[in-house]
Amino acid sequence: MWIAYKTIVVKEVLRFSRIWIQTIIPPVITTSLYLLIFGGLMGSRIGQMQGIDYLHFIVPGIILMTVIMQSYSNTVSSFFMTKYNNSFEELLVSPTPNWIILMGYISGGVARGFCVGLAVTFTISFFVEIRPYSFSILIATFFLTSVMFSLAGFINGVFARTFDDVAIIPNFVLLPLTYLGGMFYSIDILPSFWRGLSTFNPIFYMMDTFRLGFLGIGSIELWKAFMVPLVMILLLALIANYLLNRGVSIKTE
Amino acid sequence: MALALSTEKLTKTYSNQLKALIGVNLKVEKGDFFALLGSNGAGKTTAIGIICGLLKSTSGSVEINGLDQKAHVNKIKGMIGLMPQEFNFNPHEPNIEILINQAGYFGIARTEAKIQAEKLLKKMELWDRRFDVAQSLSGGMKRRLMLARALMHEPEILILDEPTAGVDVEIRQSMWLYLKQLNKEGVTIILTTHYLEEAESLCRNIAILDKGELIEQSNMKKLLLKAKHQVLIIESIDKLPENIAIENCNCEIIDDHTLQVFQGESTSISDVVLALSTQNINVSHLRSAQNRLEALFLSLTN
Repeated sequence: MWIAYKTIVVKEVLRFSRIWIQTIIPPVITTSLYLLIFGGLMGSRIGQMQGIDYLHFIVPGIILMTVIMQSYSNTVSSFFMTKYNNSFEELLVSPTPNWIILMGYISGGVARGFCVGLAVTFTISFFVEIRPYSFSILIATFFLTSVMFSLAGFINGVFARTFDDVAIIPNFVLLPLTYLGGMFYSIDILPSFWRGLSTFNPIFYMMDTFRLGFLGIGSIELWKAFMVPLVMILLLALIANYLLNRGVSIKTE
Repeated sequence: MALALSTEKLTKTYSNQLKALIGVNLKVEKGDFFALLGSNGAGKTTAIGIICGLLKSTSGSVEINGLDQKAHVNKIKGMIGLMPQEFNFNPHEPNIEILINQAGYFGIARTEAKIQAEKLLKKMELWDRRFDVAQSLSGGMKRRLMLARALMHEPEILILDEPTAGVDVEIRQSMWLYLKQLNKEGVTIILTTHYLEEAESLCRNIAILDKGELIEQSNMKKLLLKAKHQVLIIESIDKLPENIAIENCNCEIIDDHTLQVFQGESTSISDVVLALSTQNINVSHLRSAQNRLEALFLSLTN
């Protein structure tokens, strides 16, 4: 069972490593542009946010956005492609339990989130000095975020029938939610209605905690911030496992 | 004899109401080389899909080595090796990785899998292409890769869905030899093929599916005995006379030197040759117009 798990994880890591020009380089370039435009050029005019220099303020958001997008993209594209070329049958004919398959794909997403997140952090270190406030909060937030979005990507992959279906959610849902989750600003500056609305965005909690781990500033209590992704993970894992057990879109009805 | 596979009233109706299998009772003995034949759409691939756990049956049961499939899903999957009809590997993955990963899904450690992969890739004459991606292989090579993949976990039952489609004659012959050897070693082989001479030469028992129903299940030799009528193509060095008569047979002259004989039930090939000889026709070459199994298959499915 664990050999099967290890096999899926190694396969996933090799997959995104083989196409590093598509998976690792673009986020690094995007990050550099964000830092240059929003941090370097505009940041000096904005000044400070929550008492922190703006360039420093946006760093946690940029890293977490990368983790979110990469974890999600990895599982959605990988799972969709295995459906597309029927290679998922390799797993279906094997005695690998569905929950191991799910764990393997999720771990692949987490691994890509980690690798690209690390590459982006390394790039950022050329622009700003990185001195994290709490490593444990950072690691916990990274882990919960990447697991949650890998699961969401997996579910998207199950339902995706075309390449468009793979791209719709990241572009039209994830990206706006990330921007509106306080990536470039503190929700404290928002009018009360929009501030209240932001609390319904799960990314806001992760963004806030990640910023706490990086800069030592946060708007919400830590337990509450961790509870949101934990509940989401539980919910998404149950859905994903149910879909696999039912064979939705992988077994002809 | 113990059964490797047994299906009881196996039925599959797809969501579009297509009845792919209707109450199929299939029995395959352990160690058998079994042919599952049928026209396109007869239900062969559906049956294989259900047996391998790729599809859900609508009703009925499947037993593998005496174990109920629904109760022992994963144990049963470990016993079966499947070579499907369609290519179903990641075309961008190196060939050796495809095999090693497949072994991993069956719980075989990477070091052990590498040894098995080397053995099988050499056997399939793909060792030199081990680091190439699968999409760079020819159709026949891809088939051999899929056979190697199906054998990675050394299954007790090997299911081959059109294994030699697109494979050249030389490689096909070597694949036949290898399959025969595997069968001798105790592997139960279930084969579906459109090359009926392949089924005739390899398989001991046979089942024929037609429109989802099992219309024949028998020993190959016994079944071939049912092939009473045969069409013979006879060639003569001399020019054939205009009127040729053979008792209980219909004769049709194809050209000056070729005769087609529709062999009657009670007439043997010796009778035909003898009758021609008495009419001063020297037979230089004689062959069956159709493979016996093919003729029988057509008569059964029609």
